[in-house]
Amino acid sequence: MNKILFSAVSKKFVMALAGLFLLLFLPVHLGINLMLLKEDPEPFNNAAHFMATFPLVKVVEIVLMLAILVHVIYGITLQIINWLKRPVGYAVRNKSETSAFSRFMIWTGGAVLIFLIIHFFNFYFIKLGLVEGDPENFYSLAWQLFNIPGYVILYWICFALLGFHLFHALQSAFQTLGLNNDFWTPVIKGLSLIYAIVVPIGFAVIPLVIWLFK
Amino acid sequence: MITLNAKIPEGPLEEKWTKYKSTTKLVNPANKKKLDIIIIGTGLSGAGSAAALGELGYNVKVFCYQDSPRRAHSVAAQGGINAAKNYKHDGDSVYRLFYDMIKGGDFRAREANVYRIAEVSNQVIDHYSALGVPFAREYGGTLDTRSFGGVQVSRTFYAKGQTGQQCLLGAYSSLNRQIKAGTVTMYPRRDMLDIVVIDGRARGIIVRNLLTGEIERHSAHAVVLASGGYGTIYYLSTLAVNSNASAAWKAFKKGAAFANPSFVQIHPTSIPQLNEFQSKLTLMSESLRNDGRIWVPKNKGDKRPANDIPEEERDYYLERRYPTFGNLVPRDVASRAAKERCDAGYGVGDTGLAVNLDFRDAIKKQGKKAIENKYGNLFEMYQHITGLDPYEEPMRIYPAGHYTMGGLWVDYELMTTLPGLFSIGESNFSDHGANRLGASSLMQAAGDGYFILPNTISNYLSGEIRTPKVPTTGAEFDEAEKKAKERIEKLLSIRGKNTSTTFHRRLGKIMWDYCGMTRNEEGLKKALKLVDELKKEFWSDLMVPGEGADLNQELEKAGRVADFMELAKLMITDALNRKESCGAHFREEYQTPDGEAMRNDSEYSYVAAWEYNGDDEPILNKEPLKFEFVELKERSYK
Amino acid sequence: MKLKLKIWRQKNAKTKGSFVSYDLDNVSPDMSFLEMLDALNKRLVEAGKEPVAFDHDCREGICGSCGMFINGYPHGPVPGLTTCHLAMRYFNDGDSITIEPWRAKAFPVIKDLIVDRSAFDRIQVAGGFISVTAGAAAEANSVLVNKHQSDMAFDSAICIGCGACVAACKNASAMLFVSAKVSQYALLPQGRIEAKTRVRAMIAEMDRQGFGSCSNTGACEAQCPKQIKLTNIARLNREYYKAF
Ligand SMILES: Cc1cc2nc3c(=O)[nH]c(=O)nc-3n(C[C@H](O)[C@H](O)[C@H](O)COP(=O)(O)OP(=O)(O)OC[C@H]3O[C@@H](n4cnc5c(N)ncnc54)[C@H](O)[C@@H]3O)c2cc1C
Ligand code: SF4
Ligand code: FES
Repeated sequence: MNKILFSAVSKKFVMALAGLFLLLFLPVHLGINLMLLKEDPEPFNNAAHFMATFPLVKVVEIVLMLAILVHVIYGITLQIINWLKRPVGYAVRNKSETSAFSRFMIWTGGAVLIFLIIHFFNFYFIKLGLVEGDPENFYSLAWQLFNIPGYVILYWICFALLGFHLFHALQSAFQTLGLNNDFWTPVIKGLSLIYAIVVPIGFAVIPLVIWLFK
Repeated sequence: MITLNAKIPEGPLEEKWTKYKSTTKLVNPANKKKLDIIIIGTGLSGAGSAAALGELGYNVKVFCYQDSPRRAHSVAAQGGINAAKNYKHDGDSVYRLFYDMIKGGDFRAREANVYRIAEVSNQVIDHYSALGVPFAREYGGTLDTRSFGGVQVSRTFYAKGQTGQQCLLGAYSSLNRQIKAGTVTMYPRRDMLDIVVIDGRARGIIVRNLLTGEIERHSAHAVVLASGGYGTIYYLSTLAVNSNASAAWKAFKKGAAFANPSFVQIHPTSIPQLNEFQSKLTLMSESLRNDGRIWVPKNKGDKRPANDIPEEERDYYLERRYPTFGNLVPRDVASRAAKERCDAGYGVGDTGLAVNLDFRDAIKKQGKKAIENKYGNLFEMYQHITGLDPYEEPMRIYPAGHYTMGGLWVDYELMTTLPGLFSIGESNFSDHGANRLGASSLMQAAGDGYFILPNTISNYLSGEIRTPKVPTTGAEFDEAEKKAKERIEKLLSIRGKNTSTTFHRRLGKIMWDYCGMTRNEEGLKKALKLVDELKKEFWSDLMVPGEGADLNQELEKAGRVADFMELAKLMITDALNRKESCGAHFREEYQTPDGEAMRNDSEYSYVAAWEYNGDDEPILNKEPLKFEFVELKERSYK
Repeated sequence: MKLKLKIWRQKNAKTKGSFVSYDLDNVSPDMSFLEMLDALNKRLVEAGKEPVAFDHDCREGICGSCGMFINGYPHGPVPGLTTCHLAMRYFNDGDSITIEPWRAKAFPVIKDLIVDRSAFDRIQVAGGFISVTAGAAAEANSVLVNKHQSDMAFDSAICIGCGACVAACKNASAMLFVSAKVSQYALLPQGRIEAKTRVRAMIAEMDRQGFGSCSNTGACEAQCPKQIKLTNIARLNREYYKAF
């Protein structure tokens, strides 16, 4: 049984499921963030409040955190194990044809993780009461942050990397789940691309709009 | 002098095998476990027999020189595998397959054996199919067949151009199943160096572990050679470059008679030699002749590009000489005709050693798409190797050494003249006479391995149940190991200037020129001298760097070439002895006025089984061939 | 052509290896890559030096013996070709070529360019077969197989076991190889009966042999000389989940 739960294939399966769950959450988060563009802080703060208090969301939140944890831990351990599978490397860089997106998952993922941690300190931990701040006014908190140029640049870089991560992630998850055939895979790849562009750009335009127009 | 007893069962042809099987002695399951069998080779025959014998409960040890049994040379067979299923309802039958093989072999094979292999051919297909070999299928889900090698029925089962690979992987899978079950132990990367004979029986082998150079001893109650053919004696051939005669040759020197060594099939359609370092000739499937037309320019030395030569100036010599069969004449006929044209100065290409195989008309008639569907892979391979595009200009092809009908003499039970030593697959001489029909050697290798040997070996082993495990410590093992080591030392100590490959290439050239597609007495005698000289040079000017106790590929090669030098002499001797033309053996002195082979049934209707005689000339033993069930006929493809 | 070769030389598994440079003249564009190495080896042997050791046999792209990492590509830069089929025509006069053995924990170097790929055999032994005993099979046409499925099974079955997929993969994963075999049997009715035990056994053995896990980079598919498709890996995953 042990062998089955922890076989290379099973681990990937778990990672893929966790990743897909995270993918579902992103658009929700984006939807809420877009409310930052309104002059009125109410809708955003209400949404944030709703997310913080509604019981069902609480449950989802736990799952979400678990998913992040599992995805990160599995991702890192699998990567370390995989590195150990080639103890002596090639002298010439391996030029085997692959997309760069797929090769750098651990790094793009790592960048996203770092951002996530910063993000948690800025918002999530306030909500949990771990860090000082006003949980009822994330709107102004966000506005403040978006007025720090260094933060915004970091934010953009991270979302660009998130895009790279997502582009491979979606199609890869389907492949890992065993869903790949000549008809659907091109469609899935197309959708991955759209998703990987639209979602990060959605996040990225918010500070831009704030800068330019507000 | 040995006596050749073919042990053919009495009775009508169709009943011999059934009767044999139901009366042969058996070994009970409890005893099988105590009996060890050694098998050399993991091709269709070796892997198949290992699996089948393991399934029966024997204790089997299998050896091959590759790093994995899955790489045995059978993997390279392209065209297909025959069986008398009559799925196409075109009048095929066991008898017809038998008859085609006997006739194709130019009446130089043993009737009873050939009939039996035709009989088991159907079982082979059933078995491979059950093992998951993905043979080509019809839309209704049944197996598809095609016509192959110029026979009139469609009896060849195939898996695109990779039939050998697919069959071998099937055999490999059944071997693996037995390895897992513990009945078979696999020893890859081992070179067999000698057979150990104790009290007149084969009892073991000496092998060199190719990784460590260590010399190992293995004992058994019976030894089976499934070591393949020796076509690489020509150096350039269609075989895997490490294919060799060594195992069979060592058996010969230990008392197994070698039959018809000069019967070698030259395949008409391989890619010609392109450079001086060329190591092998790549086969272009025979199926190409279904649509390609073979021609040379009508004018000697015409060096214009093929497409610039007008229709009137092309000589479609096969269609001209053989109006009925045209481009589809049997391999030996097609090969000789190509050689004849090239020798006469009509060959094409830089070397003049090639003829055109032209698809222009086929493409015109059927469209490029249709041709691509049929031969796409082959065309691509040709283009990769030669850099020429066969859709635009004719392919260039030339004959190449391909298959050895000759091999260890075996009786009906597939046992050699050395008791306890069996030989199956291409390493024996049994079923193809003087020429092999396309797609029948996979059939023979698989049939021998899966369905014949497991039945016949029990007759021998039933007499062995009281023999305890054979120790590997006896004087015979010591002696064999010592000899093997001495030879390695000798090869290493010459330290001359030339590589074994250089010698091999030179030997191959001699054999190709004088003991290849056509032979004559003068040439053969000259070749004997040349080989003798080359052999001397080999033993005084060979360079093998490195040491014996290490992975040493030059040493491996040198050992093989040393054996080829000896075998070459036997081949030439056999070719000299056979003063007739039959099948692939074409003696120029014995031909009709229009250049066709002239058989001499009254004097040469026998198997020439050569017996080792130390440093003296080998002894010729004759097994007369009696044709009780077919009428001897002249082979004609006009 | 003239070439500058940089070849990995390593006496045996225990010693450390290093690159050695060689200049080679008179390389004909018609030579195969292995024939080019033959030419180098001839020179070395004639000088009494040890030749470069490499595995090879059929020299026509079917046995799977050959394989080396050439200028950053398993089997060299031309897709769909094994090393033995790679013609020197694809290189240019004056090129520098670096030749390394396959690198993977599961494929330890034996000598020079020879690696130990027996891990592949062990995976096959674990379950890469259909359990049918010689003589037990029913008449072949009594089992009908959908032609399309059968053709797909063939496309998976043509894997030559060369190991280029492992060599190409950044994780040294053997998933393409294993999936090709599992797919062949999964697609045929003959193979369905043992489908569950087979896929479990083969994956367990694959892990045991020290291959990495698949992160769907597709390097294997791109470098496979037989163009085994990535869809096989998805099928393998599917078969694996179905096996519980
Ligand atoms: C290019 C080509 C295409 C062909 N196409 C067809 C075809 O379409 N149809 C057909 O019917 N036939 C075909 N043939 C012929 C057919 O492939 C062979 O005759 C057949 O596969 C022989 O099988 P085998 O089991 O006897 O030996 P092989 O498959 O040759 O195996 C020999 C085995 O013996 C081992 N061995 C040899 N010497 C030693 C040693 N000294 N020590 C240890 N191990 C040793 C090797 O490792 C190997 O495992 C073709 C042949 C060639 C060359
Ligand atoms: S899948 Fe391709 S690369 Fe991998 S072993 Fe098979 S043929 Fe070689
Ligand atoms: S030598 Fe056989 S595949 Fe290259």
